[in-house]
Amino acid sequence: MTDPAIAAHGLRKSYGDKTVLDGIDLTVPEATVFSLLGPNGAGKTTAVKILSTLVSPDPGSGPIRVGGHDLATDAQAARATIGVTGQFSAVDGLITGQENMLLMADLHHLSRSEGRRVTAELLERFDLAEAARKPASTYSGGMKRRLDIAMTLVGGPRIIFLDEPTTGLDPRSRHNMWQIIRELVTGGTTVFLTTQYLEEADELADRIAVLDDGRIAAEGTAEELKRIVPGGHVRLRFTDPAAYRSAAASLGDASHDDEALALHLPSDGSQRELRAVLDRLDAAGVEADELTVHTPDLDDVFFALTGGTAPSRPNKSNQPNQPEEAVR
Amino acid sequence: MSSFSLAVRDSSTMLRRNLLHARRYPSLTLNLLLTPVMLLLLFVYIFGDTMSGGAGRSAYIAYIVPGILLMTIGSTVVGTAVSVATDMNEGIIARFRTMAIHRGSVLFGHVVGSVLQAVVSVVLVGAVGVAMGFRSTDATAVEWLAALGLLVLFSLAVTWIAVGMGMGSPNAEAASNNAMPLILLPLISSAFVPLHSMPGWFQPIARYQPFTPAIETLRGLLLGTEIGNNGWIAIAWCLGLTVLGHRWSKAQFDRDPE
Repeated sequence: MTDPAIAAHGLRKSYGDKTVLDGIDLTVPEATVFSLLGPNGAGKTTAVKILSTLVSPDPGSGPIRVGGHDLATDAQAARATIGVTGQFSAVDGLITGQENMLLMADLHHLSRSEGRRVTAELLERFDLAEAARKPASTYSGGMKRRLDIAMTLVGGPRIIFLDEPTTGLDPRSRHNMWQIIRELVTGGTTVFLTTQYLEEADELADRIAVLDDGRIAAEGTAEELKRIVPGGHVRLRFTDPAAYRSAAASLGDASHDDEALALHLPSDGSQRELRAVLDRLDAAGVEADELTVHTPDLDDVFFALTGGTAPSRPNKSNQPNQPEEAVR
Repeated sequence: MSSFSLAVRDSSTMLRRNLLHARRYPSLTLNLLLTPVMLLLLFVYIFGDTMSGGAGRSAYIAYIVPGILLMTIGSTVVGTAVSVATDMNEGIIARFRTMAIHRGSVLFGHVVGSVLQAVVSVVLVGAVGVAMGFRSTDATAVEWLAALGLLVLFSLAVTWIAVGMGMGSPNAEAASNNAMPLILLPLISSAFVPLHSMPGWFQPIARYQPFTPAIETLRGLLLGTEIGNNGWIAIAWCLGLTVLGHRWSKAQFDRDPE
């Protein structure tokens, strides 16, 4: 395939005088996962809405092709190639899960028997067979999300847009979702994914674009992005404010996090450097209550690129599987 | 698939969805039927002797049933405005917009479903009228057919207006308020008392609105009263409102969602 699944140039959108997308370029090759990463309000959802034909781009935008079809001239052909799961549940709550699925089958003009087969298969695959005959409004958040994605898959779309597909899911459902996404890509589907979970982009995406304030701040593979930020650091945490202050005074080159009573010393995470750090601590008579070695991850890239400050690292505890080793 | 058969197929899928909603949650439709039935009972059994001016109860039943039937349509489509407004806030509409389906099918599904519900409602309220003693005097088969045609055409016209009102309302409550004229207009028409018995300044208000000519036409078809120009005026109103409502609804649907 020479034609990329998605190709957009100079994508612009503003609402009133607020510019949401300020001329972004996106190219997604077939059968790959592309992740748009960014903080809330960066414009991720707007980008998905435009690429999935839900809203129109501003007239100043360049050409946008999805599935090989120009959105400006042949949106309907582009629609035939895509499936969309937005951020807000797109299921009909008044009818059952099964009826929702059959509705999709009818709208994709599948034959009755084919529709029933696909419905049964997907409900089974998404662990919804038992709840199939209950109204979708009675489903839990996770079940609604699974039904939503099952409905998206009914027509066998070649390109799938997933706008924060795992937000609000428990860890098990999140891992199941990742598994499903991997299977889809193996089967040749292209996935366009937005997320605020850096770990998710790291896990799944072939390419990642960091969107900040309507512009692409950086784009590349996870590895390439990690190389953007300088090496990692050793984090020293104290419980006693007095000990923290004296350590801060004796380790002049450390960056401070006064709120957490933590110091950060630059380090690439190698054994040699770690020993050097420990020697310095001994020499200065500093005894930290906790020491962690931190290698650069997408968090660092994210904060470095989106104007946040890496050292304070908010919501740290919400990110599972940190690449950190605790040394006490 | 040709675009016409695509439209028919997708619209009938959407119709099935709306009928499924109506079947699962019939309370909205049934509640809306209460208004015309209550008014029928109230005007016949409570106010009837005064309103009829001594002409007798059965004469007054005959006089008001046509108006009540058209009022039933107005009342039913208020439910349409409410369900369209609710539906447009559902995420599934956004999904429909990103699918390669016939663009108008979402609205057509609502419209056809609403017309069917209106006709069923008219039959139910009509049955109450018959139970209370309403009889059509010497209406021929052709006149019955014409009456049915008028009711369907009128339902279609006010349904499109109601769909437009529903699309323009941010939520169900607003839709219900915005659609109030469809319940109020028959109250200030010739449904309950003849135009010439109204104060002179008010007569134009009652005369130049869609319900009065439709009521007069239905009365003429079922009871043999003078129709005059009212038939043509009623048809013109229906066609005008249908075109207007369709354009208004489509324009709102084609706009980018919020």
